[in-house]
Amino acid sequence: MPTRVLIPSGVLGLGFDRAALARGVAMRPDIIAIDGGSTDSGPFSLGAGQSKYARAATKSEWAEIMAARRAAGVPLVIGTAGTCGADATVDWMADITAEIAAETGERLKIARLYSGQPAARVARALAAGRVVPLTPAPEVSAEGLAAMTNIVALAGAEQIQAALATGADIVIAGRTTDTAIIAALPLQRGEDPGACWHGAKIGECGALCSTNPTSGVILIDFDRTGFTVEPLAEGAACTPHSVSAHMLYENSDPFLLYEPGGHLDVRGARYTALDGRRVRVEGSRWVPGPYTVKLEGARVAGYQTTILAVLRDPHYVAHARAWVARLTGYLQETIRRRMGLGPDAYGLDFRLIGVDSALGTLENRAGAPVEVGVLGIVTAASQAQAAEIGKLINPFVLHYPLTDDEELPTFAFPYSPATTDRGALYEFALNHVMRLDDPMEAFRLEVETLGAEAALAPAR
Amino acid sequence: MPRLADLVVKVRSKNAGPFWVTVDVFCGDAATFARVSAALDTGAVAALYGQPAQLMKRFDIAELNVVKFSFPRPLVQGSAEDRDMHGAQWAHLLAEAELA
Repeated sequence: MPTRVLIPSGVLGLGFDRAALARGVAMRPDIIAIDGGSTDSGPFSLGAGQSKYARAATKSEWAEIMAARRAAGVPLVIGTAGTCGADATVDWMADITAEIAAETGERLKIARLYSGQPAARVARALAAGRVVPLTPAPEVSAEGLAAMTNIVALAGAEQIQAALATGADIVIAGRTTDTAIIAALPLQRGEDPGACWHGAKIGECGALCSTNPTSGVILIDFDRTGFTVEPLAEGAACTPHSVSAHMLYENSDPFLLYEPGGHLDVRGARYTALDGRRVRVEGSRWVPGPYTVKLEGARVAGYQTTILAVLRDPHYVAHARAWVARLTGYLQETIRRRMGLGPDAYGLDFRLIGVDSALGTLENRAGAPVEVGVLGIVTAASQAQAAEIGKLINPFVLHYPLTDDEELPTFAFPYSPATTDRGALYEFALNHVMRLDDPMEAFRLEVETLGAEAALAPAR
Repeated sequence: MPRLADLVVKVRSKNAGPFWVTVDVFCGDAATFARVSAALDTGAVAALYGQPAQLMKRFDIAELNVVKFSFPRPLVQGSAEDRDMHGAQWAHLLAEAELA
């Protein structure tokens, strides 16, 4: 009997095809697994310990997936809960789960898998030579670790298996590799490990491996020699090309994938169409290695205030670069005079939207824009200081002339006040792996039963 | 000389984690793949992205008619100077490059 994994979507919060999910439930999966996050949106989520998706969207989708789990009568696992998989977002997801359970009145055993790392633990591992940099890696020190707002380790299959072994109906996992939540059960049941990790990688973005990427739902059967993937939305199909091409996606190496305890090598994989919509894959290889977990960490890199002005005056549009250079010099002097801050004490960056705001110095094309947006970004040691600099530069961003002998211009500000306080700027501060002797030594499991009162009531 | 975009089906770029970016050139058919694979110079692609050529990983995948480049992000995702959180706009630099 193969191990059947139902994947509702590439990530919770982006929607899925309801009819396809119902079809998946009817096909009697052994487990339902969905990813809850990614570093894709940047360091804010991990830095602040907050989900990037709206609670309302998360709750309504999670309620539907919990209902699917109830109907299927199998475990449900979410990995990297709340975008970043910090302890705080695991608890956020558990709160949403409890709220839904209270509304449906169901009795549920919930396991929370925490991936958060105390800085002291990582510092001890660093001192013991058990934290190894990947390429490229930021500098790391015990002090630097202590200053990070959140550090997480990416759990692998072993930690998910431990969570499933509690008998939990729902596992809410902190940071995990995208693949671990899918690979865990088939690996535990002895399916081919190369197939388990390869199929998990193909499935981790839901239907992105099919011809209908937004439909979400896919089903993967894992067995002793390979895996079979099929999309469940009406009209969606997997082809050998759509499946094998998915190994390119967000992967720096399309053939090798590093996981806790080894790596996947798909160079020998063969992709075969079973029919118009299902693809069979065999020949992928799992190569065991040292047990390491990847670390992610974020820290505050300053506080920001922004200002946006739009130049429509053709004279200024044509000389936007020169204007910004002259303005910047003037503002640096003004900030030094009025606030006593040298240019090294803060950041003042003007980006020319319509010129090179996406590519910066890499831009090699030039055009003749009708207007140019000037996005000023102030980065300072505190929000109060960033806001003060923002107020100080505001009148000059509005009125500063290109030369001394022309009248003062007035550019377009789209709103009032012209400055916006953005709060903390976070930055990713770790690209390292940490060696473990026991997969659970850096992870923590907590189990609770929801709706227990009802269950404890005497039988009639 | 034609631009790469005029020859191939698609050029896309995306972060591969916060520290790397990957650029995929989908050539569409074997003849285009052969031409593009031969004409794309790794050093020139590295220069386009301001990266040292020795850090550039390159994969020429005939089965998919894809040429793939991966390299450390010129700026770490989300750092103060980063301008493209998802790294998806970098594709256009390569798409617009002229091919010999």
